[in-house]
Amino acid sequence: MRKLVAFLVLVACIAISGVTQADESRLGGMINALQGSGEFDFAGRAAAVRALVASGDPHTAKILNELENGQLYADPDSNDIYLQGGTDDNPTYADPVTGADETDQVDPDSMVKVKINNDVRSVIDDAMNQLTLMSPDHDARLKAAQAMLTQADPRNLALIDKAIAAERSADVLRALKAAQAVILLNTNATYAQKDAAIATIAAQGDQDAIGILTEAMANAPAELKPDIRQHIDAINRSLQLWGIGQNVWYGISLGSVLLLAAIGLAITFGVMGVINMAHGEMVMLGAYSTYVVQNLIGSYAPGLSDYSLIAAVPVAFLFTGLVGVAIERGLIRWLYGRPLETLLATWGLSLILQQLVRTLFGASNVLVSPPSWMSGSFELGQMQITWNRLVIVIFALVIFAILQLVLNRTPLGLQMRAVTQNRRMASAMGIRTPFVDAMTFGLGSGIAGMAGVALSQIDNVSPNLGQNYIIDSFMVVVFGGVGNLWGTLVGALTLGIANKFLEPYAGAVLGKILILVFIILFIQRRPRGLFALKGRAAEQ
Amino acid sequence: MDMRLTRRRLLLGAAAAGATLAVRPAFAAAAAGDTIKIGILHSLSGTMAISETTLKDVMLMLIAEQNKKGGVLGKQLEPVVVDPASDWPTFAEKARELLSVDKVSAVFGCWTSASRKSVLPVFEELDGLLFYPVQYEGQESSRNIIYTGAAPNQQAIPAVDYLMNDVGTKRWVLEGTDYVYPRTTNQILQAYLKLKGVADEDIMVNYTPFSFSDWQTEVGKIKAFGSAGKKTAVVSTINGDANVPFYKELGNQGIKATDIPVMAFSVGEEELAGLDTKPLVGHLAAWNYFESVDAPANKRFIRDWHSYIKNDKRVTNDPMEAHYIGFNAWVKAVEAAGTTKVDPVLDALIGVAVPNLSGGFATVMPNHHITKPVFIGEIQGDGQFDIVKALPEVVGDEWSDYLPASKDLISDWRKPLSCGNFNVVTDKCGGAAATGT
Repeated sequence: MRKLVAFLVLVACIAISGVTQADESRLGGMINALQGSGEFDFAGRAAAVRALVASGDPHTAKILNELENGQLYADPDSNDIYLQGGTDDNPTYADPVTGADETDQVDPDSMVKVKINNDVRSVIDDAMNQLTLMSPDHDARLKAAQAMLTQADPRNLALIDKAIAAERSADVLRALKAAQAVILLNTNATYAQKDAAIATIAAQGDQDAIGILTEAMANAPAELKPDIRQHIDAINRSLQLWGIGQNVWYGISLGSVLLLAAIGLAITFGVMGVINMAHGEMVMLGAYSTYVVQNLIGSYAPGLSDYSLIAAVPVAFLFTGLVGVAIERGLIRWLYGRPLETLLATWGLSLILQQLVRTLFGASNVLVSPPSWMSGSFELGQMQITWNRLVIVIFALVIFAILQLVLNRTPLGLQMRAVTQNRRMASAMGIRTPFVDAMTFGLGSGIAGMAGVALSQIDNVSPNLGQNYIIDSFMVVVFGGVGNLWGTLVGALTLGIANKFLEPYAGAVLGKILILVFIILFIQRRPRGLFALKGRAAEQ
Repeated sequence: MDMRLTRRRLLLGAAAAGATLAVRPAFAAAAAGDTIKIGILHSLSGTMAISETTLKDVMLMLIAEQNKKGGVLGKQLEPVVVDPASDWPTFAEKARELLSVDKVSAVFGCWTSASRKSVLPVFEELDGLLFYPVQYEGQESSRNIIYTGAAPNQQAIPAVDYLMNDVGTKRWVLEGTDYVYPRTTNQILQAYLKLKGVADEDIMVNYTPFSFSDWQTEVGKIKAFGSAGKKTAVVSTINGDANVPFYKELGNQGIKATDIPVMAFSVGEEELAGLDTKPLVGHLAAWNYFESVDAPANKRFIRDWHSYIKNDKRVTNDPMEAHYIGFNAWVKAVEAAGTTKVDPVLDALIGVAVPNLSGGFATVMPNHHITKPVFIGEIQGDGQFDIVKALPEVVGDEWSDYLPASKDLISDWRKPLSCGNFNVVTDKCGGAAATGT
């Protein structure tokens, strides 16, 4: 049935294009064919898109773009298609070719959106790629060439040949040649051509190449088969090595997230000895600060919104730092030396903070959009590295370095260490210990807030954000050794990498359990963690 | 703990105050106890608050609207809101409190299957009535529960059919959160796929913990699995918090819907609210309702919702429609039975048909499930779904026909059979012990 309809639409298109009419009305007819035979006639729509592309009309790109953006609406009575503009409450409808406003000719309430599904979307994308394969923009060409490769449509062969002749850039050329090879492999090309094609594909050396070669195996000439098999095995071997590299990267990236979540706790728990169950909520407050900053910048300086994340870092640090100071002054200072009460009080505090945020911002997730420079990924050999993870790894290491500097090279850091190592002696030397306590707790909280800025890029920004990290944070600090920042760094990275190597074999659930069991056993052997403090500091 | 209690009391107080205020002008002479109490059992704190708070709000809205129309049986309705705090044992405790202390006539509540399993014995013991609004794994039929969400044959199976026939999927990734709903659903789907001739090596099943946030390895695995030259699709039963990081990672690793589409069963308009959906355009979801459904009833519902919640940006979703249907069915059954007593209402409920929001009707069937249309939607750049396939109403099938343990079972709560797990081969009712998995 669908095919019949599609055929009829196609015939209609051809019939329309055959009639000698003014170009504009012919185009109008082809555009109106986009509606097909109704709301769900996607096959008809795809055929109409192809017909539109085949017509080579200069309006094609614009119309397809509007179709993909969901701006085209059909009048259900006449099946005429209009371009929707204006606002949601007050839409306007215009002729898609001339742009003339025709709102008064339609009934806005009955207009139906010309929907597309993934099939139509890929037809549009292909068409766009054919149009952009010769574009002067390098990235557009590369994208088009890669699309040609994944799709490997024999009908594009002539186009690809033409593009190869004109192409100068090496990476686009490589993608084009691969696309050409894949197509040749699946058509009735000569033996020599196929042989060369196999070598080209094998040179790519990635998972896709294996897929293409495996598929080609089935209908390849018998004498080529052992050759293909050899290539597949070779690629598999090299992919295995790359797989290890990829796992290490995943591990480092998970480790950096753990490090970010735990490093603030390494100060409040590790250095000060406060069991701070509200630590996760400091991370959460940091993430919500990012949301607020992003919205403020979005409404007052939309041009800068790509940098709102950077602006959010100091804001989150100051805000959560102040909250931390307030918590220390208002609550924790009454509870020093009473770990159980501290634990319960901060746990209660964490619930209060969560519910407070829930009341202020709602229980649903809020949207922190990723800046463009943190979206997408790039390839390093056969490894794929996403930009947001890379930025987070660097961010975590920078924070770690700054914190080390503060603790070891500034007067405040010296006082902090003095107070935590021997409070009475420090006090006797004239250090204002209550002030240092507040500052230390504020510093730890502020760093947790900065972690929240980074975590808003990979996790939900919801009132529960912090809860997901509190256990992991304690795990890292205890494993790495209480009171030692290096321990936190090494601990976080070790746990991250171990987790990622276990995950492919044991699965995510069992992997996590194994890690916990390992830590329990490890703590049995070394109660003070990886990097135990030695000497007097360890005895308190 | 303290805080939770206080909050609950506050809410209760507020709700009661609101109800009395509303009652006073119309029934000045009526005694304070002369209202019909409705229990609302949704988490307002903890992990599930993100999804369940909205359902509490929509129930309050429906009750307020019904009261404006004069209530039920000439009495005003009084909501009793409790907060089970996303904790399964607390659900059972609060359900007991609603039934034996507050003596509510019906309860609307629960989200996760774990919470439903936890309250089920309480409802059966105290003979309560629960309306459960969320799509679930089936394999259960209780005398005291009306399932207004989708059973697997109203969501999962049609979705897989769509992927198989309309998208041409040959290789399948079943990705889920590790608990009862994904595990049972995937069991059914695996059996179904094998029945359709899909080979073992073309199915990959993977589970992750709740609130999982590091999806790099999993998404990498999906990508590798999908590059074997056959059309691959992901069927996702990932629940709650874990979805946002999952979709973020998909977007960043550049998996496009035109290459490897992801079909989700637990992602609706509400879950997409915290996401930039532009990289996700074309990924799929299967539901029985979408906010974008073009029907007058839906337009009216959205308008009422926006004015009740005083925020035009709040979305509507499938479980909200389920409560809309469940509440209206209950009102209709109570009016037919002339009482709010559970047993007559249960008898009256079977066969009740009320309008749904997509222009059709939902009928409560003898197996305590309802008829529902199935829609397949594709994610759009504005966080909404475009419906790409609409299937007519189907009856919820509680016992899956694709699992050997349940293929001979049916449920029929009409007298004289009154059995939730009747075996059509042995002609025996299995008894209460065999409910659930």
